[in-house]
Amino acid sequence: MSEQVQDHDGHDEGRRDFLYITTGAFAAAIGAAAIWPFIDAWNPSADVLALASTEADLSAIEVGQSVTVVWRGKPVFIRHRTEEEIALANLLPEDLPDPQSDGERVLKPEWLVVVGICTHLGCVPLGQKTDDNRGEYDGWFCPCHGSHYDTSGRIRKGPAPRNLDVPEYAFLTDSSIRVG
Amino acid sequence: MSANSIETGAGGGLVKWIDSRLPIFSYMQKEYGEYPAPRNFNYWWNFGALAMFLLVTMIVTGLWLAMQYTPHVDLAFASVQRIMRDVNSGWFIRLVHVNGASFFFIVVYIHLFRGMYYGSFKAPRELLWMLGVVILLLMMATSFMGYVLPWGQLSFWGATVITNLFSAIPLVGDAVVTWLWGGFTVANPTLNRFYALHFLLPFLIVGVVGLHVVALHVTGSNNPLGIEPKSKQDTVPFHPYYTIKDSFGLGVFLVIFAIVVFFAPDFFSEPENYERADFLKTPEEIVPEWYFLPFFAILRAVPAIWFIEAKLAGVIAMFASIFVLFVLPWLDTAKVRSGKFRPIFRWFFWIFIANVLVLGYVGGKPPNETVFEGIESFDFLALGRITTAWYFIHFLVVLPLLGRFERPLPLPESISAAVLGTQKGGGPVGSGAAAKPMEKA
Ligand code: HEM
Ligand code: FES
Repeated sequence: MSEQVQDHDGHDEGRRDFLYITTGAFAAAIGAAAIWPFIDAWNPSADVLALASTEADLSAIEVGQSVTVVWRGKPVFIRHRTEEEIALANLLPEDLPDPQSDGERVLKPEWLVVVGICTHLGCVPLGQKTDDNRGEYDGWFCPCHGSHYDTSGRIRKGPAPRNLDVPEYAFLTDSSIRVG
Repeated sequence: MSANSIETGAGGGLVKWIDSRLPIFSYMQKEYGEYPAPRNFNYWWNFGALAMFLLVTMIVTGLWLAMQYTPHVDLAFASVQRIMRDVNSGWFIRLVHVNGASFFFIVVYIHLFRGMYYGSFKAPRELLWMLGVVILLLMMATSFMGYVLPWGQLSFWGATVITNLFSAIPLVGDAVVTWLWGGFTVANPTLNRFYALHFLLPFLIVGVVGLHVVALHVTGSNNPLGIEPKSKQDTVPFHPYYTIKDSFGLGVFLVIFAIVVFFAPDFFSEPENYERADFLKTPEEIVPEWYFLPFFAILRAVPAIWFIEAKLAGVIAMFASIFVLFVLPWLDTAKVRSGKFRPIFRWFFWIFIANVLVLGYVGGKPPNETVFEGIESFDFLALGRITTAWYFIHFLVVLPLLGRFERPLPLPESISAAVLGTQKGGGPVGSGAAAKPMEKA
């Protein structure tokens, strides 16, 4: 401010405002910085993050069978798909809620690897056992609010918004993978 | 008796000495001894005192449970079973805590509906009412987290489903959920923080209850007629009149409470929660505790609206169903407080209560099941949608319209006149005056 404004006591108001505002701004910044550690302490800790990968041996899984392995405390579904299931997964209807081709979801067509947590509210869908209710699309069925997933783990019907997540994974050998 | 002259029996000198330095005795005397309460309270006015009793009960039993409970995913379930089997009187302390939570909600819901019927939320008691809604929210958070502690199947899956609701928040949803969990699923960090908060929140509730009572003692209590006391004739001192009435009510309550604790301790609980949490197996049906069922029904009822996906819309509606209570004082614009003098409101009030009960019933049913045998298309989802819509219509449409168009019955001249029968409450008033706007005391 070029003009000097003085109040009736002869104080310089521009200077006073400046001091108020800078003091206030510093106090707010320090306050926010002091709160941050408390918020951050709720984020996953180093030991939780360290559990990040899991190896799985696929050699014992026969065609048509599924197994569940645990990765970061979550179930991961590994399904050794039949020819029929692969064919079903490759039929790509137009009205998928979360459009993805099967090719984008697998590394090798006979192995489907997905996180076994319904993308609606986190229940574990049924379908790992052959006598489970696998829903209308022969993949998985979530009993909590009725989401149907197909043989590629894609959402087809029900309240879930997304396909079952595909975790990051790699084939170590032809018959073993590392998830995460 | 003035606030400064406290009754002093034996040891009066000490009481006086303390009181002139820290006026707790004269404060108690003023706020709980002399506090002038309307003379016409009915038994619906007992429930505040009952809620207070339950809050203390929950804190005492909770503290004792905490001395034996282990907040770790591997040990929590077993430690609760140990409390039930091995700890001396542990079963009693736990069953009082478990059933106390249910009765706490029964009592508080009645307390709240009482306020709705008699217009206790109307000016000048808006803040008193809003503090009550804050207490309700804190109670919900507390019991939600408490229910996770025994680490049964429903503890785990209830926590999973409810925390997952936050994933509906656009953009940051998943980060928020991971943050709440402290990991990638509900797990040990989640249990630990829920335990710490479950311990803390009841003490916050005590603080808010304190403010609630201060606000009450500033405005004074409402009463079944909904008119302010005008003279000493209209009130009685809280002690002994209402200390006795509250004690009698407490006695009746304790009989019912004891019957449940001793003879039907599982009346409110789901047997499924006696199975240890298994993160690989979701139970057939996940139902929350009964006191959350109406809100659960609202959560599930709402479909996707415009660009808001169903999950988010349901969450918004669920929170809105409680937040609408905050603005109730401005939605119900009727000048007359008590439902006693509002012939049309009275009907809508009972329809509202019935509607909430139906919502609760719907919340406990699978959405795709049909309501009536033979009518295939009418399932619980449809019923949930209708009742959810009515819940909001009641607050947002019915109440404002009633405030404008309803003709209330004439109000009695005063509380004492109505009570002493010089004039019948609700009957024609001597002066023939139509209902006046709420009078000033
Ligand atoms: C507003 C007051 C409170 C409410 C509504 C409440 C509610 C609950 C509920 C619903 C449970 C689950 C019971 C079960 O199904 O097993 C629970 C458990 C528990 N609460 Fe509280 N609680 C309150 C106060 C407290 C306080 C103040 C403490 C500690 C100082 C406490 C400590 C515990 C412990 C250790 C458990 C686990 C043991 C068990 O599950 O039986 N609670 N609480
Ligand atoms: S959690 Fe799977 S449908 Fe809701």
